[in-house]
Amino acid sequence: MNCCHFDLNTIWFILVGVLFTGYAMLDGFDLGIGALHLFTKDDAERRTLLNAIGPVWDGNEVWLVTGGGAMFAAFPNVYATVFSGFYLAMILLLVALIFRAVAIEFRSKQPMRWWRQMWDIGFSAGSLLSSLLIGVALGNIAWGVPIDDRGEFAGTFLGLLKPYPVLVGVTTVALFMMHGAIYGAMKTEGALHDKLRVWAMRSIIFFVICAVTLTMATLLYVPHLSARVRENPWLFSIALLNMLSIANIPREFHHGRDWRAFLSSCAAIITLMALFAVDIFPNLVYSLPKPGNSLTIYNASSSPKTLGIMLVIAGIGVPVVIAYTVCIYWIFRGKVKLDRMSY
Amino acid sequence: MDVLTLSRIQFGATIAFHYIYPPLSIGLGVLLVVMEGLWLKTKNPVYHQMARFWTKVFALTFAIGVATGIVMEFEFGTNWATYSRYVGDVFGSALAAEGIFAFFLESGFLAVLLFGWDKVSRKLHFFSTCMVCLGAHFSAIWIVVANSWMQTPAGYKLVIRNGMERAEITNFWELVFNPSSMDRLFHTLCGAWQAGAFLVVSVSAWYLLKKRHLDFARAALRVGLTVALAASLLQLVSGDISARGVAKNQPEKLAAFEGLYNTTSNAPLTLVGWVDEKNEKIVGIQAPGMLSFLAHDDAHATVIGLNNYAPEDRPPVQASFLFFHGMVGIGFAMIAIAALGFLYFRHGSLYERRWLLWILVFSVLGPQIANQLGWFAAEVGRQPWIVYHLMRTPDGLSAVVKANAVLASLILFTFIYFLLFAVFIYLLNDKIQHGPDDADLIPSGKLALPTKK
Ligand code: HDD
Ligand code: HEM
Ligand code: HEM
Repeated sequence: MNCCHFDLNTIWFILVGVLFTGYAMLDGFDLGIGALHLFTKDDAERRTLLNAIGPVWDGNEVWLVTGGGAMFAAFPNVYATVFSGFYLAMILLLVALIFRAVAIEFRSKQPMRWWRQMWDIGFSAGSLLSSLLIGVALGNIAWGVPIDDRGEFAGTFLGLLKPYPVLVGVTTVALFMMHGAIYGAMKTEGALHDKLRVWAMRSIIFFVICAVTLTMATLLYVPHLSARVRENPWLFSIALLNMLSIANIPREFHHGRDWRAFLSSCAAIITLMALFAVDIFPNLVYSLPKPGNSLTIYNASSSPKTLGIMLVIAGIGVPVVIAYTVCIYWIFRGKVKLDRMSY
Repeated sequence: MDVLTLSRIQFGATIAFHYIYPPLSIGLGVLLVVMEGLWLKTKNPVYHQMARFWTKVFALTFAIGVATGIVMEFEFGTNWATYSRYVGDVFGSALAAEGIFAFFLESGFLAVLLFGWDKVSRKLHFFSTCMVCLGAHFSAIWIVVANSWMQTPAGYKLVIRNGMERAEITNFWELVFNPSSMDRLFHTLCGAWQAGAFLVVSVSAWYLLKKRHLDFARAALRVGLTVALAASLLQLVSGDISARGVAKNQPEKLAAFEGLYNTTSNAPLTLVGWVDEKNEKIVGIQAPGMLSFLAHDDAHATVIGLNNYAPEDRPPVQASFLFFHGMVGIGFAMIAIAALGFLYFRHGSLYERRWLLWILVFSVLGPQIANQLGWFAAEVGRQPWIVYHLMRTPDGLSAVVKANAVLASLILFTFIYFLLFAVFIYLLNDKIQHGPDDADLIPSGKLALPTKK
């Protein structure tokens, strides 16, 4: 199949992919910090971790919101089918995101132990659950979900919890933990920094185990996913890049270059998402057992006119967004110090 | 209960809760710009203290606004999937534009506003405050445009795709400037400014009553009352414009707002009263000819009544009527309160009039209630349509979602939102009781450096 034919639908497939990759790369470390939050019992350390993501987590989450909006606009049928089909899972995801968001804001507003403990748990559980659910959703889309002739989801909530999607979910948790620990190490100093480096190494091992298992499972049980790579062997280079990025992390750590380790981890996420995109293209939701009912970038899309208008909007908006996002990361560069404006 | 009722309750409840916070962010955003601008201009440290204090309150409202906003973004897909397929082509672009132009701007610069006090120069900080305020206004623009398209669709054509009918864009600018969008945007923004300004007024009046932070309270009261009065007066103007728009574009909605059954010339305006639905008449005090005059500039103009429409095409009358009249009543009350406060403040005798200070303390509820009532009137008055004259509400539901799933999510959201609301009030009260920080009278960090010429 020719995958280098660029029409508007393909461009929007890529753009939505970019938005979700941006989300995974940026909010990924917030979620990872959340997953690791309870590992330290010390209040000052917990606050430091929170303040490491303090100025940026909200902006990071907007990548998800905008990704959702772009999906609604560019591929309304996918938005409608997936969101209504995965109803309970979506509601759980929302609940997790709500608790995570308000916990960051509320936690340090009161000194009481029970108060902080309560929001710490909310923050951590919310982060873990969101990572897991996002992964499970991706896993289902890759594995295939039952879709009927009208393009509606024809499965059940429990049907979403098959082993393969759950494995993708766990891998996502591992990936974000690794990413979060590396980000944390980059933003902290002293004892906490050393702790985070240890956690980072452990989560790399956790992630590699998951990733290898997942790759084997994909090759064995999900032939439609690996078909594209089998036909175009040069695509193996993406997988290779992914492994090199991961292998590079301990190396950078060893040389004390934390921020390069972080960039490596970002590269790992980008290559993973690229691999996923290449595998599913041009499907957005693969239909199983009736592949003919799959939602593709053609049968689920908006009209060419709308896609064109949105391309103009994205063309104006996205560069500006990236420019000031970089500035803001620049302003808040360096190690976190707690002051009276901190959480 | 069936899926339809449950989904409507859930949508109404979640959006109503979300809508407690955005008006505060939009309104406080404007006030923060004013306060910080005044500080840069006058160098009076009390404005610096004010900006810092209200920034903390802003952060609190913003956090809940964000957490509840995500629910809204997903809910079209989860509960109204058929509607989403139908309108995605036109409606989705507004939602995506909101993300790209508004939310990134707001949340990005909020970081500098909150955590950047000691890190960036005064000018850059002020610029960030302006961007946050602009971002909040942008969110209102796109979402109100999207909602107005549902009220007065324009710039689209109906097309059959994959065997299903849907609306597709023909003209983007006609969609954005649909007949009601700009009127309603202006009106919603005025409501938001009122919400922010009366919050500042309320807290300041409370400090005066309790004889705390007096300098701070007086200065904040001046800023707050000025914005409150201006916004309240503008609100009357924009409300009048909106009402004319409704009369022209959605006559059955206007008839429901006023409980007018028979098409008449010289139609009366009800000042206070309610609808006797069984006998199809109004019980209350009416001003003859006023409705004709307000809607069409002529006391003898004909106003279309509900009987022009088949019963299944009429909105619920009593509810629309009461919501609408509640909002308008509060609108006039807010003007009166802001004007009295402003006059006595000018006169210098506000501090002795404790009764008025008490009214000012409670005035914060007015805009909040009016905002809710206004939206309920606008949305209930649109019924039975989810997209006016194109799609009926029951036809917009998700086909695959079962009643017990919606019931479960409704219970969950209700529980969580009550919890969030309680925590919000608790923390807000805590901030107010704690009051402004005296350390803020002395700027610190880079802010303390003199601005470069
Ligand atoms: C502080 C809040 C507030 C106040 C004091 C008022 N309004 Fe309002 N009104 C709103 C807040 C609001 C709102 C929440 O912003 C609504 C809901 C939908 C919309 O576009 O704006 C609204 C809707 C709304 C509509 C319906 C628009 C539609 O359905 O398309 C009309 C006709 C008016 N208003 C008219 C008035 C009049 C004549 C007022 C007298 C002073 C008034 N409003 C005060
Ligand atoms: C159903 C309709 C709505 C949807 C889908 C929606 C969506 C959202 C989302 C996703 C966020 C979070 C953004 C972030 O992560 O930073 C948000 C926040 C916000 N929304 Fe809404 N919203 C709706 C209604 C409204 C209305 C009617 C207004 C104003 C007129 C509004 C104004 C805002 C503002 C100003 C924020 C920023 C957060 C805050 O200030 O509280 N929204 N909304
Ligand atoms: C922020 C203030 C808003 C409030 C308080 C509000 C309130 C309501 C209420 C009470 C209903 C149920 C009406 C009924 O069942 O009779 C409703 C329905 C609905 N509203 Fe709104 N709304 C708001 C803003 C919006 C916005 C900004 C949008 C879209 C951009 C929107 C889209 C809808 C949809 C899709 C429904 C469901 C279908 C229906 O019942 O008509 N609403 N809203």
